[in-house]
Amino acid sequence: MAVLEILRYPDERLKSVAEPVAEFDQTFQDFIADLEATRQSAPGCVGIAAPQVGRSVRVVLVDVSTKPKITHHGHLALVNPEVTAWDGFTVGREGCLSVPDFTGNVIRAERITVEALDQFGGSVKYEMEGYEARAVQHEIDHLDGLLFLDRLVSRRSDLFRRKKYQKSGGEKG
Amino acid sequence: MDNWYMLALVGKDRPGIVARITGTLFEGGGNVGEASMTRLGDSFTVMMMVRFDGDKHALRALLEPVSQPLGLQLHIDNIDGRLHQHVEPDVRISVLGADRAGIVAQVTGAMAEAGLNICNLETDVGGSEAHPIYIMHIEGQALHGVDRLHDAAQALLDKGVEVTVSEIDALIG
Ligand SMILES: [Zn+2]
Repeated sequence: MAVLEILRYPDERLKSVAEPVAEFDQTFQDFIADLEATRQSAPGCVGIAAPQVGRSVRVVLVDVSTKPKITHHGHLALVNPEVTAWDGFTVGREGCLSVPDFTGNVIRAERITVEALDQFGGSVKYEMEGYEARAVQHEIDHLDGLLFLDRLVSRRSDLFRRKKYQKSGGEKG
Repeated sequence: MDNWYMLALVGKDRPGIVARITGTLFEGGGNVGEASMTRLGDSFTVMMMVRFDGDKHALRALLEPVSQPLGLQLHIDNIDGRLHQHVEPDVRISVLGADRAGIVAQVTGAMAEAGLNICNLETDVGGSEAHPIYIMHIEGQALHGVDRLHDAAQALLDKGVEVTVSEIDALIG
């Protein structure tokens, strides 16, 4: 196992949409192990997504079991995850390994249903809420090239829409 | 040279204040660090950290030709720079209810006694002139633990002030 280097904003690779995983071979298992070692090397880190270490594949690891007084599913490796249902919303504070020394308030769904493959390619489905649901939404955003910085809300907690700007001039995605 | 200053500018709100002030700073070799700029009532208020090579008098001489025509009061203090020293709030306190005299003092007094260190406080008055609604959001640190703040909130509720205390557990992922 190795601790991998974490990309930091504004690295362009954090903005690309990651590719689905097709092979669940030993190389992939080794990568999952390295990704988990990388997550554990960061104090307080409850989740990590493959694009954060420069691998543009749809894999996230989440483990919020160290947090007191919450419901959770333990350690999760979610491959090609899809959020298939949302319910409610809540404001919470987030930070990111890829954005050091900054936290901000972000609105997320309170409860979600996630369908994914496990690290060996088997189908899994979880219903989750609160902190765990927030972590999974944060990590899945990484697979779509989004950071929590793209979703910040004012400290006054108003809800407002943001226009999404695209760079003009033939930038790759 | 690495001189940091705290600038405070206050005056009647009008379009272009931020652009004119920050533009003048930039052209004069200044560099804006952390800042808080907001409209309060019909005034506009600016507090910002500025790095500038010259002394306080040179900074004032740079800004006054712009701030005076805009009708802005200018105040400058020498400070230590200290960027990247964010204090992370671990608790959010919300007050929502009918407007009443002394509510800020009452809430912050009780919370200070219970060990609250305020990082950020914002209040607003909504509703109508006849029936104002008072809204206050505080983010801070619970220096003696969050339970003490819950107790203080309960005591305030018994006096008719509705206060919500929620823990902020910044998610890192
Ligand atoms: Zn992240």
